[in-house]
Amino acid sequence: MNYEYNFGFFDEGSKREIRRTILKAIAIPGYQVPFASREMPIARGWGTGGLQITLSLAGKGDVLKVIDQGSDESVNAVNIKKLVNKTTGILETIDTEAATLIQSRHRIPEKYLKNGQILVLQVPMPEPLRRVESSEYKTKRLHADAEYSGAWLMLFEQIVKYGSMTTGAAHPVFVHDRYVMAPSPIPKYDNPKMNHSEALILLGAGREKKIYAVPPYTKVVSLAFEDHPFEVENVEGRKCHLCGATGIFFDELEDDETGEVYYQCNDSSYCLSRLNSDKEVQ
Amino acid sequence: MTHFEEPILKVRELSKKFGDGCDSCNSLIEGSLDRNYCPVCGTIHACQKISFDLYRGEILGIVGESGSGKSTLVRCLYFDQEATAGNAYIKDYSDGQENIFSVTSQKKRYIRDHIFGMVYQNPYLSLKMRFTSLSNVAEKLIAAGNRNVGKMLDRGHQLFDHVNLEGFRRKDAPATFSGGMQQRVQIAKALSNNPPILLLDEVTTGLDLSVQANVLDLIKELQRELEISMIVVSHDLSVIRMLADRTIVMLNGKVIEHGLTDQILEDPQHPYTQQLVHSLL
Amino acid sequence: MAYVAVKGGTIAIEESIKRLKYERLKKRGILDVKNIEAGMRGLIDQVMSESSMYCEELAALAIKHAEGSPEEAVFLLRAFRSTLPRKHYSKVVNSEDMRIERRISASFKNIPGGQILGAAYDYTHRLIDFSLVNDHQSIAAEMQWLDNYLTDYQPQEEAVVLRMPKVLDYLRNQGLMINYEENNEEPKDITKESLKFPTVRSERLQILTRGQTGAVTALGYASLRGFGSVHPTVGELRIGQLPIFISNPLASETNEDDDFYIGEIKVTEVETIISTSVKKGRSKTELKFDIGYGICYGQNETKAVAMSILDRCLETKDDAPTHDEEFVLYHIDSVEATGFISHLKLPHYVTFQSKLDSVRKTQKEAK
Repeated sequence: MNYEYNFGFFDEGSKREIRRTILKAIAIPGYQVPFASREMPIARGWGTGGLQITLSLAGKGDVLKVIDQGSDESVNAVNIKKLVNKTTGILETIDTEAATLIQSRHRIPEKYLKNGQILVLQVPMPEPLRRVESSEYKTKRLHADAEYSGAWLMLFEQIVKYGSMTTGAAHPVFVHDRYVMAPSPIPKYDNPKMNHSEALILLGAGREKKIYAVPPYTKVVSLAFEDHPFEVENVEGRKCHLCGATGIFFDELEDDETGEVYYQCNDSSYCLSRLNSDKEVQ
Repeated sequence: MTHFEEPILKVRELSKKFGDGCDSCNSLIEGSLDRNYCPVCGTIHACQKISFDLYRGEILGIVGESGSGKSTLVRCLYFDQEATAGNAYIKDYSDGQENIFSVTSQKKRYIRDHIFGMVYQNPYLSLKMRFTSLSNVAEKLIAAGNRNVGKMLDRGHQLFDHVNLEGFRRKDAPATFSGGMQQRVQIAKALSNNPPILLLDEVTTGLDLSVQANVLDLIKELQRELEISMIVVSHDLSVIRMLADRTIVMLNGKVIEHGLTDQILEDPQHPYTQQLVHSLL
Repeated sequence: MAYVAVKGGTIAIEESIKRLKYERLKKRGILDVKNIEAGMRGLIDQVMSESSMYCEELAALAIKHAEGSPEEAVFLLRAFRSTLPRKHYSKVVNSEDMRIERRISASFKNIPGGQILGAAYDYTHRLIDFSLVNDHQSIAAEMQWLDNYLTDYQPQEEAVVLRMPKVLDYLRNQGLMINYEENNEEPKDITKESLKFPTVRSERLQILTRGQTGAVTALGYASLRGFGSVHPTVGELRIGQLPIFISNPLASETNEDDDFYIGEIKVTEVETIISTSVKKGRSKTELKFDIGYGICYGQNETKAVAMSILDRCLETKDDAPTHDEEFVLYHIDSVEATGFISHLKLPHYVTFQSKLDSVRKTQKEAK
């Protein structure tokens, strides 16, 4: 028994179908387009939505970068890269600027993305209203009517209870003044990068079977109140212990021996490129 | 009471049926006060061609036994249920020009948030039981476009002062409240956007007598203070007697009598109303 | 030194995969796929049913690859399924055409055609048969038994090929069943179109039949115990082979004589009976029987019965969770459920860092 996989794993019919869904998503910014999500060789919840987008878009000339929680080398990033490579043979990179396709879990790279690049975000929970309304039938109607009090209500409740908005990652955004969208669990720090992004941002939820998009130069606003503006995570006074970067998103680490807390760039390729350019200077 | 102005709400021939209906429905239902269901197809004609007016500042009572269609009537007005036929016009919405049953679902949401306040017998239908009481009130404010937390909290506290909900319970979830307190939160929520019309569906049913009296007093007070129009649905004539200026009596989906409440209580015309009044000790 | 903390994931993963291979080999035995096919009928049937792909050989290979974990084997087959172009849809199959191997009814003792017990564990004691430890050493004796069996039972095989009438038709003919109009709507294909609520029955049945055996059983059981209102009687359970045909792809008109026979599949089909009250006017009700339907690839009896319960649950309104189609249909798929649960093992460093920030902030504000 021998079997050869098609270029990009899927059969051509499946790839075309996913691309059509993507086109529809781009045409309606922030709207979750349902699609017949395929079962993938990686597990549901491990980036199958993003992977389906990546595989259906990948052409022979593409250069792929995969990041998981900021790291090009984390287990899942490596796994996804291996699979795409095995079924397409396209070039890989960890250099953000060199990539045409960037699949990412929970981070937008520190380096500003450019026109012509595509960022594919993996989404576990695409429905921003799910916590106030568990029924899919009802949330669809709420989106149709642009009835988003529930999304603001969640934030209001946090303020009543804790004095401030306590969303961690996945702080909801308002896209093109029409749809409230889950930006995938990127840290709040990354939310502003979506606004008027030059690069096309595609979001794929494999298990929940939805694809949605933020086309280039689209208005994306994080939900907030007049007297409780949107705030990103506090990174003040922190500095990468490797490359010395400040004002970016950090991993928090603890020294095994001294118990002292120190910080390191979460975006590992950003850190590496800073370190390498330092060396060149020397 | 004489009215020189136009009604704030006009309801014309509102009908609601549950079931597909059949050819025999009309002949067997129309003119029959004995039943509201069709013996051939089983369709229930819960409301049949109900018409009435509501004036600014008045309380209209709707009384009838369970199954008479009175709750269905207000739920159709609040769009919880879809009216099968008929029209309704609201003075404060597009100057009474548009039939509210045929507007888009978005506009219906607007009417629910701005024109009507609804208080149900069962508070679970309108409250998010696990959210704080303040958030429950804010929900309607947010829906109406408010985006200022401070102002919404002020409004919430003001409303809770009105309905006498103690300060230290306002950050608690209604799930932890007694029935009477839950009704107070519901009323505060319903009033949050200063709606011109408040719908009250059996709001005191199931509460202890003393709590009932309390809630009724509150409603009466609010009406005097805010000059809000109300439709009060109850099976209990004593509630109607205490609150309503005018009253509609319903039986098996039809209006059988309407008039000033005092008149109906003292001189009921229809035999069913007479029976109802006599049972009121 | 500085580079180490940033890089290093790739090597660790390669080592982990090596370790996996070691675990497969460390007891110094290699399973032959043929042996899996011969001796693991139950697992193969379960895996084929949950992956909604009928191929015993592939299922056996997946089981070998997955070291016998049904969750992994189903995962492998579903992923493989995604790469196959859908070229044809089979013609409608009538389960009366089943070549029956087992067929029982719990509602009537005497059913037309008779009860056929076939092969089932139902009539065995669950005492571990220790003689199986060494039976491969007496393979000649076992094969002799097989040959004897085949000679003894050969003549009667023909009789079993008979088509059997449906038990429920008996009740239907007496007017005791609720009558449904035949629905000839083209079924939706849930693998090509995602669910939209409210769903249609063809979608519900597809999700149920490929549901995870344990999940379908658990929810069906929940309904029986009271978290649902369906408690059925098994009208008929039949297991056997169904012939599958496709229309001639080259013919412009569909002509049954041109159909291609592409093989047969083994299925378990269950029709359960549930009595239900039917409203006649306002106060009068009468009782009638309604049907719950379950079908799955292979011999999966518990799952098929549970499916028939859930089918009926989803057709009937009730507040219980087993009657809520979003609750049932969204949570019983093996690949979806195991995938999302297992993703919790992935690093959540960034999301957790965000949470940490919020917690610290509120603690500061509380002070």
